[in-house]
Order: sequence, then structure tokens, then C-alpha cells
Amino acid sequence: MPYELVWLIFLLPLFSFALISFVLRPSLTHKPRVSGYITIASLLSSLALSIWALMEVMAAPSHNLAIPDISWVIIEGGITIHLGLIMNSLTAVMLLVVIIVSLMVQIYSQGYMHGDPGYHRYFAFMSLFTASMIGLVLADNLLFLYVFWELVGLCSYLLIGFWFHRPAAANAAKKAFIVTRLGDFGFLAAILLLFSNTGTFNIAELHSLAITGVLAGTVLTWAAIGIFAGAVGKSAQFPLHVWLPDAMEGPTPVSALIHAATMVAAGVFLVARTFPLFEHSVEALTTVAIIGGFTAIFAATMGLVMTDIKRVLAYSTISQLGYMMLGLGAGGVAIGIFHLFNHAFFKALLFLGAGSVNHATGTFDMREMGGLRKVMPWTYATFVIASLSIAGIWPLSGFWSKDEILASSLTSQPILFYLAMITVFITAFYMFRVVFMTFGGNYHGGGSEAHDKPHESPSVMVTPMVILAILAVFSGFWNVTGHFGALLGHGETHSFTEGFFGILAHPLPWISLILAGLGILLAYAIYSAKWLSAERIRGFFSPLHTLFYRKYWFDELYENVLVKKALIGGFFAGLQQIDTYGVDGAVNGVANGALASGRTIRRAQTGQLQLYGLFIGIGILAIVLGLYFFG
Amino acid sequence: MNLELFIPELSLLACAIAVILLDLFIQRKGLLAVVGIAGLVVSAGFTLAMWGGSSQAIFNNMLAVDNFALFFKLLFLGIAALVILASVDYVSKFTRFQGEYYALVLLAALGMMLMAATAELISIYIALELTSISLYVLVGFLKDQKSSEASLKYLLLGAIASAVLLYGMALVFGFTGKTQLGEIAQVIQAMSLSGILSSPGLILGIVLLIAGFGFKIAAVPFQMWVPDVYEGAPTPITAYLSVASKAAGFAIILRVFYSAFGLPQWLSLDWGLIFAVLAVIGMTLGNIAALPQTNIKRMLGYSSIAQAGYLMVGLAAMGASPATDALGRSTILFFLAGYAFANLGAFIAIIAISNKVNSDIINDYSGMGKRAPLLALALTLCLISLIGMPPAAGFMAKFYIFSGAVQHGLLWLVVIAVINSVISAYYYLRVVKVMWLGEPASEEKVLSSGALRIALSISCLGVLLLGVIPGFVMKLAELAAKMFKF
Repeated sequence: MPYELVWLIFLLPLFSFALISFVLRPSLTHKPRVSGYITIASLLSSLALSIWALMEVMAAPSHNLAIPDISWVIIEGGITIHLGLIMNSLTAVMLLVVIIVSLMVQIYSQGYMHGDPGYHRYFAFMSLFTASMIGLVLADNLLFLYVFWELVGLCSYLLIGFWFHRPAAANAAKKAFIVTRLGDFGFLAAILLLFSNTGTFNIAELHSLAITGVLAGTVLTWAAIGIFAGAVGKSAQFPLHVWLPDAMEGPTPVSALIHAATMVAAGVFLVARTFPLFEHSVEALTTVAIIGGFTAIFAATMGLVMTDIKRVLAYSTISQLGYMMLGLGAGGVAIGIFHLFNHAFFKALLFLGAGSVNHATGTFDMREMGGLRKVMPWTYATFVIASLSIAGIWPLSGFWSKDEILASSLTSQPILFYLAMITVFITAFYMFRVVFMTFGGNYHGGGSEAHDKPHESPSVMVTPMVILAILAVFSGFWNVTGHFGALLGHGETHSFTEGFFGILAHPLPWISLILAGLGILLAYAIYSAKWLSAERIRGFFSPLHTLFYRKYWFDELYENVLVKKALIGGFFAGLQQIDTYGVDGAVNGVANGALASGRTIRRAQTGQLQLYGLFIGIGILAIVLGLYFFG
Repeated sequence: MNLELFIPELSLLACAIAVILLDLFIQRKGLLAVVGIAGLVVSAGFTLAMWGGSSQAIFNNMLAVDNFALFFKLLFLGIAALVILASVDYVSKFTRFQGEYYALVLLAALGMMLMAATAELISIYIALELTSISLYVLVGFLKDQKSSEASLKYLLLGAIASAVLLYGMALVFGFTGKTQLGEIAQVIQAMSLSGILSSPGLILGIVLLIAGFGFKIAAVPFQMWVPDVYEGAPTPITAYLSVASKAAGFAIILRVFYSAFGLPQWLSLDWGLIFAVLAVIGMTLGNIAALPQTNIKRMLGYSSIAQAGYLMVGLAAMGASPATDALGRSTILFFLAGYAFANLGAFIAIIAISNKVNSDIINDYSGMGKRAPLLALALTLCLISLIGMPPAAGFMAKFYIFSGAVQHGLLWLVVIAVINSVISAYYYLRVVKVMWLGEPASEEKVLSSGALRIALSISCLGVLLLGVIPGFVMKLAELAAKMFKF
């Protein structure tokens, strides 16, 4: 098949977005389900194409296909930008992740969003998001990538705010948008910096410039750090992590797709995509590893104490993204992306499980759940599989990628290795805290009267969860003998290529397995067997609990101190004064006083108009003086 | 004397007169709008026919007929047509003077076409006054308190700006003895460096010209009139002012500073720096003052001050580049085209909404996403373009201007501009948020008329086309920037 077909992978979901929002929405208001079917059909086709593309990439000698490109903008003697696609192993793996998770989430949404008045809109936005995400993965130049980078942010904004009636959702949407834009600013600056120094946006060309050493030194370091700033915003790394937990206000399938598996992983992907730039700047690479390692443990501690199931998962996502960054910084592309690949499936599954639980109980508060094991056996089983996987239990997928990260950080970043080891314990603990609080013990009544008899979700929701659970078990096997590492090629893969059982001959996996086991055991002791009282432990660690529960006061720091006091209270208030008394005061004075046009003239003449004229005079004077002194 | 090169202007003038005359006989005033648009289309046809030909001049080198002028003429004609479409509903509420309204819109367009073409100081002044006087009257057309006040302020401050401009022209004339831009350039080139340095009057003259034109483009510190006038004027006229009048100001600045004062290099570097400083002040002040606004027209007024700031980043980059480099100029032309579509679209959506809710207060737009989904979607698209986000025109426009500036070593200026874009996202998105996430005040749908829908569709299509396939318009802008007669 001709390689032009790769374009279709991106165009199909875009087409389904256009079809739903402009053609079907007015004509098929009474058959909303059609929009869901169209989305799923387009994704199935894209999935088939991307599996074909993966096969081709695996067969190609350099794991890279040349896709014919389009000249997008040509300015003579200036800028020429080609619209092109990269189809290499990294792209192929990411495509698989994005499309499979998106497909599962869309199927699940058929049940979850059933009867919602915004059904069409939801599927339209989801299609647009998937198309943008695919575009982001395929783009072969930074500018094109940036366009999609912004588009996925915009879709996330629209989807978080999907539920109009909740003010919290609206605020969360705004917060997410503004915080991630802070990082985007760094990314854009890096793009412009790279362009002014090299004259190209093409990623492959930038790679070769960095490899040959033409692009080096402080320029390279600053460019890499700017790119990483964008990744920090998108992937909710410290210190821009504050938006992701709030973003959980959106519908749960949205959280599963955007805020667990794909968009938030775009930051990790971006670093992987531009990895040669990082590789040739020790400072930048170390920054990535440190921020990642720190975020991993920092977010995990906050996940310990949350009572909202989605928020625990949100902090867990931040923490796991930190692991991926650590993997990139300490080990290389293959290691970071391998964890991204595995994480996408089990984390999406956890979110879908949380959505299923919410569907049955009407709440996200774990204290109102409990005892769901018997009534929701499928949800329970899949949730436990995902939890075991994220905790890194052999032989589930999370085990394989997490141990690669641990092994690589042991050699290059020993301090971060110890932090990552502690994180293994914390992760296992908080995940099984969720499992025991939600599914164990007795039912605590749910969110409302209507939910006093919880039941299993419909099969349209359970089926995708089962498929994802299968993936959560098996996706890690891809690298059991080092296939994945060899395919991604970049960066060395560590010694865990001894096979399924061979790996257990090393001490490191055993240490992490024991730590994870201890975490699960502790959770069992406190939340299931009740050997230890949660209240007393909380009382004992009260200052720490408060610290974690208040999220290290970062929200307060950002909102109250930085935004309210410094910006609004200080800077803007000063400007407001000028505006009120200098400009608005003038207008109001004139407007209030003037009743007839004659009086308008009189007021205007005696009033502020002269001030305006004066400003013109002062402006001219300032320019002349400026020229005189500095010109 | 090639009078046929003047046909676009003549035909538009004839159309304006025809509208006034027809007004006396016609009962259905809607026809006047049709005649006006027909006149604009005919004029645009004549203009288009001249595109791509060699650069020529008429009336003793007073008016240039080059691609640069033609590009702007087409832009003005298009904007005027959209403004008339957007006015149909608005004007039908007037009891009198409907014909005059359309005629004045056409005459202002005529003035701006002349502004884009003039290459001589006196005719620049006349073209500017023809535009301004038409606009003074249009701003006051509602004849209520706010509108009269706005008109009066605009008139008085405009008169001050004109006086300043005239004074600047007098000084330039005094030092060079010429009024034709090309000849001024020759005189300046012939002067020795010390000769220029010893004539601060010439420099003062140039500064006064900047001030006079700065008033038109709403550059800080000559922007004081903007929020008041934007708020008080009839909304279609606000749109007209914010887009066409600003573009005309930039057309003149580009021509004057490129033709007359482009050489020698040291001088152009200096005014490049002036524009850089004005750009920083304009962007920052415009964006920050827009943050607390509650009236959407006022907010867009401040936003237009900020947009003028971004445009001046382009002017500053031009100052830092060699005179033969057309890239800097073409980026400004592209930005103006993209800005025209986005800002017009935003104002047209505002007209449609405020026709129904009778308010320009942002909070009254609450829940518009439910009451008028397409209108809200269109307004969202236009605001996204004004922020400068893909896939809208504003992104490509800002991108071109900023990358041009980076290439000429103005990275510091671009960093400030990008920070400003981030700030601006806040107030633009607040409108988006209110529309989509707010509770609707009533369940009643907001319907808009056919004319408004056509105008809005054209604007949105423009925004998307320029954002997704910018190559074509960029090519036109480049051709226009290269073909300077003087």
C-alpha cells in the first residue's frame, strides 16, 4: 500500500468531527447514537491503518518510512514550511496508544454518556481531540507540532468544561488552560530560538544539527529547557502540576483519555521526539531526570491522603509521568516510552473503573463506597489487575517498564533511584487503599438515595475495560526479550532482556517487588483487616497528613499569594487606579454630567479632553527626548 | 495622464453619489445597501484587473498605482462591504439619514483607498481628512449621548493629530523643499550625514509624522480616544474604525517610512527603535487595561491597541532590516488581513448578539453557547484568532511577524510580545467561558438576519483559510510588498 495512506490515520477522525458537528448535528438530533458510531468507525479504520504502519516500520531497515509531504507555506527568500509526517518507531507506538485508548474510551462513553443532552457535542470534541493528538504524534516539524499541541489543549479546555452546570468545572477548565500556557510560552520561545539559530523547524534536521554538533552550547541547552518547560506544563510536572487534579471535574471518560493516557503523556512524547537535543546537553537531560524523579514522589505523597477516587488517580498519573521523565532523563527514549505505553492502558483502565463505580454509586468519594466487590465483579477484577500492574507486580506490564526505569536510574542518578524506590512502596499502598476502600468491607450508601443498590455497569462499558485489562497484563511482554527497546533504538535498554523468568535472577526486581508487596500488605492491614486504625495513624502523622492533604499549599501559594496578592492586589490594582481615575474617570465624568449636546461640549471642553490632548503632547515630547538622549 | 488607472476610485465615488440620490426616491432603504455593495464589488473588479501590472503613477506622481496600493484597496473594499452587510439591521432602525450612512461608509472607503495610494505629502493629508471627516460623522450617527460625546472627542483629538501631522509635514518640506516622497528620499540621500545631524528640525518633523499617524493606528501614547470612541460609536462603525482605519494608517506609515525615510540606514535604525519602544508600551498597556473591562466593545478597543502594538513589532523589524528586504513589509500586510477578518467577525457576532440582548456587557453573553450555538462558535473562533492560537489566522499572522523580528535580532521584543499574548488569552477566553459555561439568562434563541450571517460566514471562512492555508495570501502580500512605485 502507498505510504500516503498514513495521512488518513489523521484525517479520518478529523473527518468524523466535521461530519458530526456540521452535517449530523442539525439533522439527526433525535438519533444521537449515530455520532458515537461514526466516531468508533473512523477510529477502527485508523487503528487498522496504524497497525499496518507499525508492521511496515518494523520491516523497514531504519525503522523509518518516508511519507510524501506537502509544501504548506513558501516565502521566497524567507521561510519554507513543509507539512510532513514522521512515521518511525516512536510514532507507530504512540499511534497505537492514542488510537487504542481512544477507541476503548469511545465505546465506553456510549454507555457512560447515555442520555446526556450534549451527546453529539461530546463525540465531536472527542473526535477533534483524537485527530489533534494523532497530528501531534505524526508532525515532522516543530511548528506543525505546536499547532496540534495548542489544539489538544483547547480540546481539553472544552472537554473539562463539558458539564456547564458546575462552576468548579468552569474554573478547572480555565486553570488548566492558563497553567499549561505558562509552559507553552517556554516551548514557543524554544521554537523561535531554534529557528533563528538554524533556520529550520524540521525535527529530523534539528536532530542531525544537534548530533553533528552544529547546534550546541548554551543555545542548545536553553532550547532544550524551553521545550521541557512546555512538557512540564502539559505533563503536569512540578511546579506546574496544580492543574491536573482540578481537571478531574470533567467527565470521567475524558479523564481516562486526555488526563491519563494521551494528552498529559504528550509532554513525555515531546521530550522523546526531540531527544537528540537533550542528549547533547547534560544540563537539560539532568533537569529532566531531577524534575521527573522529584515529581514522582512528590505527587505520590499527595495521592496517599485524598478521599476522592479520581483525585487519587490524578496524583498517581502525575507521579507516573514523573517516572517516565526520569526514565527519559536517566535511560533514554525506549525506557521512558515503554512506561508510557504500558501506563496508558492500565491508567485508562483505572479511570474507566472509577467511572463505572461512579455510575453505580453516584459519587467519587471513597468513604461513601465500599463492598462493591460482590455487586460489581467485572469492575472489581479489572480494577485489581490494573492496580497490580501499576504497583509493578510480576509479570504484569507495569513491572517490566518500571524496573527498566529503576535499573537505569541506579546507574546514572543514584539519589533519584532511592526516591523512586520509596515511590514504589507509596504507589502500591495508595492504589490498594483505593481498592480496599472502594470494593472491600460494606457498602456505605453511595452519593444519593437513588444509588442505595449498586449494580454492575452495562456490557458496553465493561467490554472495553476487559480489553484494557488484557492489555494491562500483556503489553509489557513486548520487551521481555528486548524487542521494544530494539525497535525504539534510541538510548540503551538495560540488562532485563533475560526473558520471562530470567529477570527474577536479579536482586533489583526482588527489592522492588518486596517494597510493593509491603505497600499492599500495609493497605490491607489498615483498610481491610483493620489491624491498624486509620484514624490513629492519621493522628500520629498529623502534620504530614495536613501537609499532603493541603497539597503542600501549592494552590494557596499560586492563587492567594501570586495571583491575588501580587498580581491582582498589587500590579493590576495600580493600573486599575490609573484606568479608573485617568481614563474611566474622565469618561464617566463626561457621561454623567452631560445631558444635552451643548452641555456635552462644555463639559468636554472644560474636562478631560485637554488631558487627552496633553497626552499626545507629552508623547511627542517623550519620543523627541528619547531620540535626543539615546538616538 | 492615465485616467483609467483612477477608475476604481471614480466608480466608488459615483456609487456614493448614486446612493445619496437614490435615497431621495427609494422607499425600501435596504436597496441602498445592495447598491453600495454592488459599487464596492465593481470597484474591486477594476482594482483586481490592474493587479500584477507594472507600477505606475498618476497626477504628477501624486498617486501610485502599484501592487502595494492595490492590495490595500482590495482590503478596504472588502472590509467596507462586510461593514455594510453588518449594518443592514442596525441602520434599518434609523428613522432618517440611512442613505447618508451608506454614502459616508463608501466615502470613508474612498479616502482610505487614496491613503494607500498617495505618495505625496499634501495628498496624504487630503486623503486622511476625507477618511477622518466621514468617520467623525459616522461615529456620531446614533445621536444619543454616548455617541455624540464619542464623535466630538474623536473630532477634537483628530483635529489635534491633524495639526501635529501638518506641522510635521511643514518641517519636512522646509528641510527638503519637496513634497513628493521619492523626491524627499533623493534630497535626504544627497545630504551628508553631518548635514542631517545638524538639522534636528527634520528629525522633529519625522517624529511629528509618527505622532500624527500614530493617532490613526491607535499607538500608545496617541490612543486615548480609542476606548471612548469604540464604546460610543455604532457597532458596525466601531468595527470599521478598528480594522480599516488602522490598516490605512499602517499603509501610509509603510509607504512614507519606506519611500521617504528608508535611507540612509542610520536613520531607519533609529525609527525602528522608536517603533520597538512604542510596540512594547502599546502591547502591554492595551492588554493590561483590557483585563478588567466589563463592556465587550471597550475590551476590544483596548485589544485593538494591543494588536497595533504587535503590528509595530513588524515595523521595528523592518527598521532593523535592509531596505531591499520585502519580508518585513509582507508580514505586516498579512497580519492586517488576518486581523481584519478576525476583528470584523468578532464585531459582527457582537452586533448579532446585542441586537437581541440589547447589551454590550460581557456577563450578559452568559449561556450564548446554548442560545445561539453558531454565533457563539463564530465569536469563539474570532477571539481565538485574536489571541493568536492555531488554527486561526491570528496564529500565522503573529508567527510571521515574530519570526521576522527574531531573524533581525529583536528576540527581546518577541519575548515581550509572546508574554503579552499569554496575558491577552485571559480576557479573550473570559468571553468564551461566559458564553459556553455560563447559565443562559433565558431559553429564548438568538436569531440573526441573513445579511449578518453572510458577513459572519465570510469573516470566519477568512480566519480559517488564512490560518490553515496561509500560503496564498502570504504570496499576495509578498508581491504587494515588493512592488513599490515610490
